[in-house]
Amino acid sequence: MEHRGTRFGSLAHYEKGGVEVINDDARNYVFSNLFEVASKSKPYEKVAVGKNIEYVIEAIRAEGTSSWRAPAQDEFALVMDGEVEIRLLKLDNPGVVPAGAHGSIGLPGTPAGRAMGVVRARRGHMTLLPAGAAYQFHAARPGVMLLQTLAGPDTIERWAEICQTARRPNA
Amino acid sequence: MSSATDALPEIGSIEPNRHGYRTFTLGSFGFSRDEYFAHVTWPKGHHLLPVDAFLRALQRDIAWGFFYGIVNFDTVIGTVNHYGSVDLFAGRFNAHYKKAGLDHVERFKTPLIQRVFEAMLEDWTNATFDPFASPQETGSAFGPKNGSNKRAITRHRVTAKRMVAAPGDEPVRTDENGFPVNRAFRDVPQDQPHITAEPGFEDEVVAFNLFAYLSRSDVTWNPSIVSVCKASLYCPTTEEYVLPVIHGNDRVEWFVQLSDEIQWEVEDRETGAVRARVTMRAGDVAAMPADIRHRGFSPKRSMLLVWENASPGLPQLYASGTMPPTPVQF
Ligand SMILES: [Fe+2]
Repeated sequence: MEHRGTRFGSLAHYEKGGVEVINDDARNYVFSNLFEVASKSKPYEKVAVGKNIEYVIEAIRAEGTSSWRAPAQDEFALVMDGEVEIRLLKLDNPGVVPAGAHGSIGLPGTPAGRAMGVVRARRGHMTLLPAGAAYQFHAARPGVMLLQTLAGPDTIERWAEICQTARRPNA
Repeated sequence: MSSATDALPEIGSIEPNRHGYRTFTLGSFGFSRDEYFAHVTWPKGHHLLPVDAFLRALQRDIAWGFFYGIVNFDTVIGTVNHYGSVDLFAGRFNAHYKKAGLDHVERFKTPLIQRVFEAMLEDWTNATFDPFASPQETGSAFGPKNGSNKRAITRHRVTAKRMVAAPGDEPVRTDENGFPVNRAFRDVPQDQPHITAEPGFEDEVVAFNLFAYLSRSDVTWNPSIVSVCKASLYCPTTEEYVLPVIHGNDRVEWFVQLSDEIQWEVEDRETGAVRARVTMRAGDVAAMPADIRHRGFSPKRSMLLVWENASPGLPQLYASGTMPPTPVQF
C-alpha cells in the first residue's frame, strides 16, 4: 500500500487552504493560518487566531526569552513548531493577578516565588500553565505555540490583516 | 411537541424481523432495519438510510450525548439537543419537506431517546462492524443479523477535567493500555516532553505529547476533551473518510487543523442551501458560524482540533439574535 506521510506545518513550510464562497462572505469563517500569523509576529506577541466571546486561542511566535506572565486561570500551551522551554514559578504573592482578571498579565522582572520546574516541549507537546504560577518561555530558535486562554490586556486582535476576505483563497 | 414524552414504552419489539433485527418506536417514529437499510417512518412519511451510515451517525449521537445543537443523520433525519430533552425530526431542516408540510418533530426526555438509541445501536450492530472505525478498519455492517459488537459501541468517552496526563485525570495512551499507533500515523514522533519538577511540584508541572496521543486514537470523528480552560474546551479528534453526521451549530465552534487536510461543505442550517467550501490544511484556523451546518471529508487520517465554548447560555443568545452568528466582525 502506498504510504502517505503525516503532514504537519511549520514556520518554514505550511500550505494554506481557504474558503471558496458559494453564497456567503469569507469573513464569516475568520480563516487564517497560525504559522503564517507567527511568521509575521514579533517574539511573544499574543495574536488571537480564534475568539469565542471571552475565550481566545493565540498564535505566539516563540523566539528568545519572554517576560514573565501570570495566568488568571489555567492556560494550555501547545507547541506547533520548534522547541520551547517553559519555566514555572510558584508566586509568593498570587495577588499580583487582580481579582477578576482574564487571560494572563505581564509581570515586571522576575517575580518572587519558588521554582516549580521546567518543561522542554517540542512539536505536539501540550503544557499546563497552572493558575497561581508564573511562566516564562525560552526558545533558542523561532518556534510557534498555540495558547488556550481568555482574552486579556495583551491579546492582539488584527483580524483584517490575518484573515481571508476575498471570495477565493489567495485572491 | 408541547411537552416532552418521558413515558417508558417498550424499548423495542421482542421478536426479531425476518432479517433477525428488532424494530423500535419513539413516539410516532418507527425504526426497522433490513440487510442494507435503516427504515424510518413517521405519520407523514418514510425514509431510508444505508445502514452503515445510519449506525455511524447513531453511534456519534449517543456517544456525544446529542452534542451541541443539531445532529443531522442525513438531509432528512436527525436530532436537536435541548440539553435535558431532545427533538427527533424528519424533514425539519430540509427546505423542500418543510414547504410540502411533510416535516415532523417530536421531543423526548434525554434518558428515553438515549435508551432507545442505545438499544437500537446494540441490536443492529453486527459482530463484524465497528461504527467508530474508519471504513478501512472495519468489516461490513450489512447482511442478516450476525452477532453483536458491544465492546466497540461502549468505548470510554474521554472527558478530561483539567488536562490529559494531569494527576487523577484522563491517562495518556500507550501500547500497554490498548492504544497502539494507528497505521496512518506511524511516522508521528512518540517522544514525550522533558519535564523537570522541583520537589513538591510534581503534580503541577504537567505536559504530554498531544500529537502522539492523537496518533493512538482508535476512533474517527469523535471529539474528546483534552484540556479545560473554564468553559473553553479543546476537543481534538482524528478524522478519516466522511463525518458521519451533518453537524448543525447552535453556537460558534472553531477548527484548528493540526495535520493533513479536511474539506468542509458548509450549508445553511435551516434549509441546507450551500454556502461555502472550506479547505483546511495543517495550521489553518477557521470558525464555523452559529447558523450553519457542516460535513467534513478527510482523504487521509488527519488530526483536527475542535474548539468549543460549553457555556450553557449560548444557544439562547444566538437563537434570540442577541449574539451575531459569526464570532468576529472586521
Ligand atoms: Fe461541528
